[in-house]
Amino acid sequence: MVIPQARNLHLSRMNLVRLKGLPILQQLHIEEKLLRASSENWCIMNDGTNDPTIVMGVSGKPAELLEIESVLRDQVPVIRRFTGGGTVIVDQSTVFVTFICGKDAVPGLQLYPRSIMSWSSLLYNKVFQGTGDFHLRENDYVFGSQKFGGNAQSITKNRWIHHTSFLWDYKVRNMAYLKNPKRAPEYRLARGHLDFICRLKDYMPRTIFVDKTVEAAGTEFSLRPIRLEEIETHYESEYRPSTSLLTEQELKSDIASEQELKSDIASEQELKAATASL
Amino acid sequence: MASRALWASRAASYLRISVFHRGFSTVLKDLKYSDSHEWVKVDGNSATIGITDHAQDHLGDVVYVELPEVGASVTQGDSFGAVESVKATSDVNSPVSGKVVEVNEELNNSPILVNSSPYEKGWIIKVEVKDTEELNNLMDPEGYTKFCDKEDGNH
Repeated sequence: MVIPQARNLHLSRMNLVRLKGLPILQQLHIEEKLLRASSENWCIMNDGTNDPTIVMGVSGKPAELLEIESVLRDQVPVIRRFTGGGTVIVDQSTVFVTFICGKDAVPGLQLYPRSIMSWSSLLYNKVFQGTGDFHLRENDYVFGSQKFGGNAQSITKNRWIHHTSFLWDYKVRNMAYLKNPKRAPEYRLARGHLDFICRLKDYMPRTIFVDKTVEAAGTEFSLRPIRLEEIETHYESEYRPSTSLLTEQELKSDIASEQELKSDIASEQELKAATASL
Repeated sequence: MASRALWASRAASYLRISVFHRGFSTVLKDLKYSDSHEWVKVDGNSATIGITDHAQDHLGDVVYVELPEVGASVTQGDSFGAVESVKATSDVNSPVSGKVVEVNEELNNSPILVNSSPYEKGWIIKVEVKDTEELNNLMDPEGYTKFCDKEDGNH
């Protein structure tokens, strides 16, 4: 018992919050507040969220990324989050792992996206230890050439967040709400969603994954369990998160803007063609 | 790598810009620099602000720039916007305090200008400076060069 305690003296302290089924909007609001209003380090694990929800990155355009008519018809919630990166659809079978840290939490780490992802991939290497040829590939967590974890980050002057949604399982019909993105990693090779992604459950039991992630985090930080209620008490701050649920109006107006843009482009092309033929 | 530095020298000479070279990234004279890698060019009480070549190189290709509203107040050291690259949003902090008088709308269509021309076409905002004494809190080109070397050398 002496050796682990002595080792922990040199590790940064990190609050560990273990959740189950917390709505993803609530999770993101908490994360954004902790990034901006806390000076402590945090690991948040949310084992599944409630209803299927689409989550876009900060610059996501619904008309480009989503089959909006289907989304509206089936009333699937769409969130725009505060971090960068792409679009995911999450549900009870998604496992979320988030690290929120001060700049000195990981000794020697530069606060840039690729540095942070190099660090996180080493941490997850400890979790998977070669299972299924796990590695970080063009900023995605993959087994071989198939993605099972989407990650995103936000970096401030002195703090950073790296959060991941792991596809422990997924429903095929949910992927139909997502278009193939224009910006995609090269290794995707224009594959559709179902050929591009894989299920973590085919590689590791859920409880083992969660336990191994906590264990890996414990090798990097001195973990202190914290209950959700303690966060909500401490951080009832005035900070207003930018993460938001898009309204039906916003989704519909994005379709209208996209159609108007396409119409303008088509008109311009027609005019050029007509001019060229003169 | 050497050819990039040579190209930069020739381009700088053509444009009559004085440069330092610190390995791969360029640092310009006549600018001031913050410790969060923004640059500011001051002309009277008007300032133009962007991120440095060192920053854009470390961030990767910028795909989106979150710009403030014209008229917004900025405070030295505080965030006024963000850039998105490699799945990350990174705050951009103001090197000076004042009021935003112009934003670079071109970045909405071509965010990559932040990478390709960080000191020229990739400028982000223009500010009416509140207190030019604040410039004393910033680094000169030599100081910024050493700062970057130390930051990279330690990691």
